[in-house]
Amino acid sequence: MNPIIQTRNLRKVYRMGDIQVNALDGVEIDINAGEFVAIMGPSGSGKSTLMNIIGCLDRPTEGHYILTGENVSDMSKVQLAAIRNRRLGFVFQSFNLLPRTSALRNVMLPLVYKRGKSALAPAEREALAMQALKTVGLADRAHHHPQEMSGGQRQRVAIARALVNDPVLIMADEPTGNLDTKTGDEIMGVLHELHQRGRTIVMVTHEAYIADQTERTIFLRDGKIDDEGSF
Amino acid sequence: MAVTAQDTPAIQADSAETTTTDFGGIISPIEIVRIAWEGIVRNKIRSLLTMLGVIIGVAAVITMISISAGTEAQIAAQIEGLGANLIFIQNSFGRGGPGGDNNTPSLVFSDLDVVKSVGGVVGTAVEQTSAESVRVGSTTLTDVPLVGTTVDFPSVRDVGIDEGRFFNETELDRSAKVTVLGPSLANDLFGETDPIGQSITVGTTKLTVIGVTDEKGVVGNTDFDAQLYVPITLAFDKFVPSQFRQFAGDRVRVIYAQIEESVDIENVMLQIELKLSSVKGVAPEELPFAIQTQQDIIDTQGAATEAFRSLLAWVAGVSLLVGGIGIMNIMLVSVTERTREIGIRQSVGATPNDIRLQFLTEAVMLSLIGGILGVILGVGGSILFGQTGDMPTVIVPSSILLAFGSAAVVGIVFGFFPANKAAQLDPIEALRHE
Repeated sequence: MNPIIQTRNLRKVYRMGDIQVNALDGVEIDINAGEFVAIMGPSGSGKSTLMNIIGCLDRPTEGHYILTGENVSDMSKVQLAAIRNRRLGFVFQSFNLLPRTSALRNVMLPLVYKRGKSALAPAEREALAMQALKTVGLADRAHHHPQEMSGGQRQRVAIARALVNDPVLIMADEPTGNLDTKTGDEIMGVLHELHQRGRTIVMVTHEAYIADQTERTIFLRDGKIDDEGSF
Repeated sequence: MAVTAQDTPAIQADSAETTTTDFGGIISPIEIVRIAWEGIVRNKIRSLLTMLGVIIGVAAVITMISISAGTEAQIAAQIEGLGANLIFIQNSFGRGGPGGDNNTPSLVFSDLDVVKSVGGVVGTAVEQTSAESVRVGSTTLTDVPLVGTTVDFPSVRDVGIDEGRFFNETELDRSAKVTVLGPSLANDLFGETDPIGQSITVGTTKLTVIGVTDEKGVVGNTDFDAQLYVPITLAFDKFVPSQFRQFAGDRVRVIYAQIEESVDIENVMLQIELKLSSVKGVAPEELPFAIQTQQDIIDTQGAATEAFRSLLAWVAGVSLLVGGIGIMNIMLVSVTERTREIGIRQSVGATPNDIRLQFLTEAVMLSLIGGILGVILGVGGSILFGQTGDMPTVIVPSSILLAFGSAAVVGIVFGFFPANKAAQLDPIEALRHE
């Protein structure tokens, strides 16, 4: 197998005054290329913290996180920004699109922050963004603003944005949480399609029937892996 | 489900990008400007409010400077209008005036002969003034400036005669009860009626109008068109009697000496000073008279308006500073309001430097746009003032550069703190921000 994510003895400690909270307490997970994995757990279980560390938005207090063979646990803010820009794509519960900005410009956003040798010309950025919008079936809405779109369409724009930089990993944080069941199923459909085309997806959810659709679910409780297995 | 296009993932991390060391640089400046511009147009009202302080500040700088420059130019033009090659001899300020110290020599009528005797002096005139009430029939005007003078006054002061004539030597010698009116005064007293030959009562003395001068307007502090002229001998008798006449002679306010074109004016001034001091029996440096040329008066006035101008510039500068603080305030609010946007940008790879540059660029662009609008407003306002108001204006190009430059500096200085605040936001907190 080809591991994309390896965590070893991952710990995250928050201090609130005198109290020390172990949000993550020695988490070890391996996720292989092409897997579709769900992370589940009650609130306070540490799943958001794990998600933030896997997504290179945060750094562990202790332990190692190896992403595509590179130890990213001790990287600087700038290096983490580079990792997010080049290897990761995010899909959030609340879409997190820029308001009053066209779908196309929103999808182009990760490409705007490419620089140096990998900087792209505006025309290339637009072509890639257009292609990503086609992938999620929204090419005809490229010039609409998010507020002119339905929740499902917005989430598909967000998925297109997560895809546009050709990431090694897509992080989806409760991607169906703000959607009705039918639209949620549609979004899950899009994610399944991407998975079938070989994308690696890690999804945080608290809904069992959503988690059931993945290949494997990682359960977290009190900052530790509670049980691991597929259904 | 419409997942259609050829989406082939990179299972391997693109090997060219496995190092992250080349991510320290900035994204293309064009892109930064574009992002900043989008930030500005996405919220036009907030942007306009942010710019308002700078717009007003820049417009104030330009308008203030153009008003003071205009005033200065007007004063210079007026003083030049006093007549060419003119020397003014006056009592020094605060000394030797009416009621002054008896031991201090005053400028008196007989000094005119001393001035006349200096080589290079081709014409002289003298002035003593008072304010009188003037009555014609049922019309009474009060506080009309009366000028007692000599026959060469029109040529020395460059005042033309419109109607009738100025008084002559004979009338001067005899203290004749004649007067010459300024045109606006003549109009106030007589309207359409021809004033020549009419009688007017000045104070308690009846005078015959023998002439009306040309329009000359306001020069310095004097409205030539509103005053009346009488032989100075008459003025001494009737209007400005001096209680010290017996000892000191008749005091005069000013003696004018017109100088031949080719002579050295400095030399003539020195001659006048020496002769007057020998007549008064004091050392030249103790002579209590100011002997000045037009240029001296222009310089004195210029120094005053210069001070006025720099005061105005400081006031305007302070308003620019306030404008800058306004930018900082609204940028700080804007950073808070746009925390989510900052989080989104960070999540897709914006570095702290990218965020800092974005907000700094936005602040600078706002102040530059504000600067441009302020220049338009300031120049437009100055032109409008010059055309409609009483205040003359001259647009000073360097003031536009100054105002515009200050606006840019204001943007950088006051944009830096909010931009830094934005750059230091934690991406997780920022994404969670409501």
